[in-house]
Amino acid sequence: MLSLENVNVYYKELQALWDISLTVGEGEIIALIGPNGAGKTTTLRIISGLHRAVSGDIHFMGQSINKASPHKIVELGLSQVPETGKIFTAMSVLENLELGAFVKKARKDRVQSLERVFEIFPRLAERKDQQAGTLSGGERQMLAIGRALMSEPLMLMLDEPSFGLAPILVEHMFETIAKINQQGVAILLVEQNVQAALELAHRAYLLENGRIVGQGDGKQLLSFESVRSSYLG
Amino acid sequence: MIESLGQTLAFGVLVGALYGLVALGLSLVFGVTKLLNVAHGELIMFGGYVSFWVFAKMGLDPFLTIPLTMIVLALLGALLYRLVFSWTIKLPEEVKIKNTLLVAFGLSIILQNLALRFWTADERGVTMSYAGAALTVFGVRFPAVRVISLLVAVVCLVALQLFLKKTYTGKAIRATVQNWEAASLMGIDIHRVYLLSFAIGAALAGAAGTLVVVNYSIQPAMGLEWTMIALVVMVLGGLGNIPGTLVGGIALGLTESATSFFISSNYRAVAGLILFLLVLIFRPQGLFGSKEG
Repeated sequence: MLSLENVNVYYKELQALWDISLTVGEGEIIALIGPNGAGKTTTLRIISGLHRAVSGDIHFMGQSINKASPHKIVELGLSQVPETGKIFTAMSVLENLELGAFVKKARKDRVQSLERVFEIFPRLAERKDQQAGTLSGGERQMLAIGRALMSEPLMLMLDEPSFGLAPILVEHMFETIAKINQQGVAILLVEQNVQAALELAHRAYLLENGRIVGQGDGKQLLSFESVRSSYLG
Repeated sequence: MIESLGQTLAFGVLVGALYGLVALGLSLVFGVTKLLNVAHGELIMFGGYVSFWVFAKMGLDPFLTIPLTMIVLALLGALLYRLVFSWTIKLPEEVKIKNTLLVAFGLSIILQNLALRFWTADERGVTMSYAGAALTVFGVRFPAVRVISLLVAVVCLVALQLFLKKTYTGKAIRATVQNWEAASLMGIDIHRVYLLSFAIGAALAGAAGTLVVVNYSIQPAMGLEWTMIALVVMVLGGLGNIPGTLVGGIALGLTESATSFFISSNYRAVAGLILFLLVLIFRPQGLFGSKEG
């Protein structure tokens, strides 16, 4: 459903991504792993239309989205949970979720979507009238994911959902991602927690210095010597 | 002495509410788009002329034609945004502020000259049949026109606040203020949000223009003076703080009327600017400002 072909990206004169090609199929969980500064976040930003590729093609659901505005891409059914959530801290939890359902087609279903999100994250239901800025790190991450689900995405991109979470919450987070996937949402997951990401993912790509240097199913990548030595110690 | 002190206070609040409305549109636009529209005073001038001409041609009370004036100004604001500001807003952060300042300054000169060409340099004002009417409470006079002006300012502020808090579009605007990238990831078209905010800001300038034409007078070169007032009020109230503009306006109104009363009306404007500098130095978040968007 999503494909990138030979995508090249620059920040001013510096090339950040080199000939990136990757695909995400219907119902898949794809992990994108690699060290800090490898270009994982940049890849998600390019797909969401927050930054532009200089060359290459990006297609989602058969449509070219190279030049589509970020809001159009969300309307097509591709949502992103940005790094550290980026929730609207000065608004209530409920308002954050309502804004998640901003696109027209999602807006009319928002009552059901809200129920679905509260079912996945009961904690958010308890806190719905609270100012989002008062939430803990884990709750913020839940809110960010819940907010993205409110747009009824066909595919969800998650940028380091386990960042800053206590180990017990990390485990819960990965279970939740699996649950969302079982409901039919394709997932593109950027993660530092390589072991957990590779165990969860159907396939994975390894990104280093802006280039894809390895790919395969999760277990295959786990056995890669370079991955083992670099990320799993 | 007590009575004239009461009068000074009352007048300060009445004038201050008008100042609040003068700054409201500028504050909204700055809060949302982060661009400082120094041509705001010219939009107020255009609003004043719309009120004036509708009054002169059709004899309609400017207070009653405020909705019309606001619509005309909203369209003008949307047009100016599309033609001019939509280009500068896409610039990188560092040059955006500088360039929009210059562009808005240039625009203010163009608008002044257009006004001069259409409407001559004559001072215009509207005097209503009830201009002399006043309510007197404990010897303090509340002129009818001033009181209605205060009500207009309060209604505009409350309406804007309700719009931002209660409607989906209003929430989209607040989301864009807090984090435009996250807002665009919600499917919000942030360029439409900017356009809409600019149109609303211009509409509020239109309403402010009506208050200026009935309380003072208008002429093509008036813009800078009112832009200055709006800037002072915006800083006093806290940048981008919507309810703060009314507080800031009243703070400025009281400072000016107290200066006139205790010192001399010659120093009225100076006192406002001194207050402006003091706040910038000691309380840059505004008198009652918070960091919230």
